[in-house]
Amino acid sequence: MALDQAFVGRTYPATDAYLVSAAKIREFADAIGDDNPAYRSVDAARALGHRDVVAPPTFVIVVTSRAASQVTSDPALGLDYSRVVHGEQSFTYERPIVAGDRLVAVATVEKIRSAAGNDLLTVSCAVSTADGEPVATARSVIVARGTAKD
Amino acid sequence: MTATVSFDSVQVGTELPAQSFSLQRVNLVMYAGASGDFNVIHWNERVARSVGLPNVIAHGMLTMAEAGRVLTDWVGDPGAVLEYGVRFTRVVAVPDDDAGALLEVTGTVTELLDGRRVRVELSAAAAGEKVLGQARAVVQLA
Repeated sequence: MALDQAFVGRTYPATDAYLVSAAKIREFADAIGDDNPAYRSVDAARALGHRDVVAPPTFVIVVTSRAASQVTSDPALGLDYSRVVHGEQSFTYERPIVAGDRLVAVATVEKIRSAAGNDLLTVSCAVSTADGEPVATARSVIVARGTAKD
Repeated sequence: MTATVSFDSVQVGTELPAQSFSLQRVNLVMYAGASGDFNVIHWNERVARSVGLPNVIAHGMLTMAEAGRVLTDWVGDPGAVLEYGVRFTRVVAVPDDDAGALLEVTGTVTELLDGRRVRVELSAAAAGEKVLGQARAVVQLA
């Protein structure tokens, strides 16, 4: 069944604050095999002008996936998660994430459309500090394969 | 932020240093843990094949992260990446062998922007097939 257009514009509650740790940044950098010292050394990060170790650009997904899953697992929306693939991802940054940030994410359903029998769901997640400083925006296109014409 | 590449040193067509990244099963396991994405298609070959995939596949976000290293290694400061987006056009199958998948990434400056920024287009291929589409970034240069 096609996804309900009434969900377009719906905003979900902000996630609980996520405290970014230096250890998590290092774990993420290790996982992508990136030995950039700015991900590991406070001195190296400060030499680049950052307050603390900086996170790789795609680290934002660690914070936004919690917000986006509110949408994809919303029983009222009825997305069949077993048919879901990641279609597109983009990030815009107000500033890089650094260790010590307390971040919240707010997910909004931006667009729902059907193409070639698939449902395409665009979700934007606004990431800010718990104090309200904007940090980044993540936009995801989630594709539910073969659901639009059922 | 402190980019190490000067805006004055680049022009449209400037190529970023190309890189190749080896993705093996262990990398997918590590990325699952680090990102919190434990979707079974990234670690369970039986389930992956049962839903029509050629094998266990890499997380799209892992492919995006690796391609992004061509940006951050070039510019020096990860904080100099202002925008970064991709389309996932083809899955990256990661076989259970000692080689895994090889991701080959190139980047080219496609536009000079105001504020000493540039637009970069990335190309990422695995097994000779393009795996990312519209892989673009805006990078702050010095």
